[in-house]
Amino acid sequence: MGSDNQNGGKRIRVECLTRVEGEGGLYARIEKGEVKDVKIDIYEPPRFFEAFLRGRHFQEVPDITARICGICPVAYQMSAVHALEAALGVTIPPAIRRLRRLLYCGEYIESHALHIYLLNAPDFLGYESAISLAADYPEVVERALRLKKAGNDLLEVLGGRATHPVSVCVGGFYKAPRRQDLLRLQGDLQWGLEAAKETVKLVSQFSFPELTPDYEFVSVTHPDEYPMNERRIASSSGLEIEPNEFEDAYLEEQVEHSTALHSVRAATGSSYFVGPLARLNLNLEKLFPQAREAARACGVAWPCRNPFKGIVARAIELVNAFEEALTIIDNYQEPAASRVDITVRGGEGCAATEAPRGLLYHRYRIDAQGLVEFAKIVPPTAQNYRRMEDDLRLLLPGVLDRSEVEIAQACENLVRTYDPCISCSTHFLKLRLERD
Amino acid sequence: MAAKERPKLAVFKFASCDGCQLALLNLEEELLALVGEVEIAYFLEARSRTLAGPYEVVLVEGSVTTPHDQERIKAIRKDAKFLMTIGACATAGGIQALRNWQDVDQFIQMVYATPAYIKTLAQSTPISAHVPVDFELNGCPINKKQALEVITSLLLGRVPHVPAHAVCVECKQRGTVCVPVAQGIPCLGPLTHAGCGAICPAYNRGCYGCYGPMESPNADSLMKQYQAQGVQRRELLRLLRGFTGFQGAFRSASDKLEKAGQSS
Repeated sequence: MGSDNQNGGKRIRVECLTRVEGEGGLYARIEKGEVKDVKIDIYEPPRFFEAFLRGRHFQEVPDITARICGICPVAYQMSAVHALEAALGVTIPPAIRRLRRLLYCGEYIESHALHIYLLNAPDFLGYESAISLAADYPEVVERALRLKKAGNDLLEVLGGRATHPVSVCVGGFYKAPRRQDLLRLQGDLQWGLEAAKETVKLVSQFSFPELTPDYEFVSVTHPDEYPMNERRIASSSGLEIEPNEFEDAYLEEQVEHSTALHSVRAATGSSYFVGPLARLNLNLEKLFPQAREAARACGVAWPCRNPFKGIVARAIELVNAFEEALTIIDNYQEPAASRVDITVRGGEGCAATEAPRGLLYHRYRIDAQGLVEFAKIVPPTAQNYRRMEDDLRLLLPGVLDRSEVEIAQACENLVRTYDPCISCSTHFLKLRLERD
Repeated sequence: MAAKERPKLAVFKFASCDGCQLALLNLEEELLALVGEVEIAYFLEARSRTLAGPYEVVLVEGSVTTPHDQERIKAIRKDAKFLMTIGACATAGGIQALRNWQDVDQFIQMVYATPAYIKTLAQSTPISAHVPVDFELNGCPINKKQALEVITSLLLGRVPHVPAHAVCVECKQRGTVCVPVAQGIPCLGPLTHAGCGAICPAYNRGCYGCYGPMESPNADSLMKQYQAQGVQRRELLRLLRGFTGFQGAFRSASDKLEKAGQSS
């Protein structure tokens, strides 16, 4: 995996990252004990979503953008419908808003359970996979699979199916669930809430490497709720903006070693951090009561700047998602209409929602017939690549005395805490280059 | 079965969203049992440890869109006793096959500031366009139960039960009132390969064909019928050019509609 070159330097290479979604590798060059170069190679083939969305009808956009990611299709659907509703001047009523949050809860549960247990926990427990972990700790992996199933079952009832749900449309849902269909999920969701609390206890006892970079955390924020679909974008730097200011505040750049673009804070050119840790740090007091209690009791001091503790943040969000799902279902009454009427007109709109992996921004321009003229999509993982490379630069000096296999392992483990979703991040949007 | 005797299973990804691989991990109740019967030798999303080929069963997700992947699939085919493609990208080219009707260089320029850094093919094509494939499992995403059915039948040495009749049959089984007949919404169900369980009509919308063409589609007749009912040609064109739009009857039907629009 690594090799030495003639002048006593080291080249660390991980050809294929494992236990991440999508295709990427790592490369680092060290000379005379100094880190000279760090690259996250993204070679996932580009699919050009923003290009082929042009000419499609706005009601096709939720179905098409879902296919950007098999683990977080709901996130794409949510950012798409909110951006398009902004373009069309559509307001959705509270009942539909709540159903959308319920759908997102299903995805948070499925995605976080997958990452915590199947992708990330093996690193902390010394296993190469959950498959090997299951041989020694079958009950842990069974709990993981049952947690995932609870999320998927919720997605199926509300969305039609867990991957690429079919019920989401601009204006609401093609069909709202019946109350009894949701009530049937309560048993598993109650079990899931307890299992999620056990998850916080389990992961907060892991041994975490020491790394506390000076992050700028960015997430969607809302005056009353833990952020999901609305509305403003906050930063730990103090900046708080409307979605339509996002592209001025945060820029994308193309780099040669990546089919995904990199994002930086426009004012400083520096990287920033999106995801569960950012959300939790910026919105802790908006958690539901049992999640807030789990956050207080878990032994982590918030705000937390250690990326390895992202797994704890994810586990707390898992508790929160179960609590919110149960609360929404408890109070659910089938709405008179599952969707609002739309008067088709041309316009432009944007929105940011919080995918499980972090802030996901969409902007669309549609013509008078309702066909897409322009689409821009900024996924969370792409926003994190520059920050991941910066983190590796900070991590490497402390692990250089290890074997090259161990150095590569340490780097890969760090990248994995970001829960990167590489298929999502590979499709990108054109940068407006401003030259002096 | 002793560990040494378990057949080796490998999963490879091409241009895709990962949803079909995730369907395997979504087997949940059956996953640990499956892991007992096969050796997961290569599955980068799920495990770090890999074993070298050859492999008894290879699952391929994703379409071919780069020169590098054109070569990679040939190497994978050599190492596979039984190669199964999973999902619309691998079986039909996927939604990214929309580039096949456009100029991909223009696409690159729309998305990347420095197009020279991007190496991509003009078309997105299914795996079967490059190597022989032993079984194609349709779906966007695949139905996890069907994935299990195919793997199980392989292990047992029997033919997999994956019906290729139309989605209409599944609609009737589900007791859903026919959406195009009752609501006038254009629906590709009569042309589309079963497997999803007819979800969309049960959720009050028409089928958009994500399982690809069924065994004997009559696209001409259906398109004529919808147009006679007042559905716009352009809407039908878009409906056909979806996740499996580059495949068989969907492709020829949409090309025909497009040509009809150009000459009128």
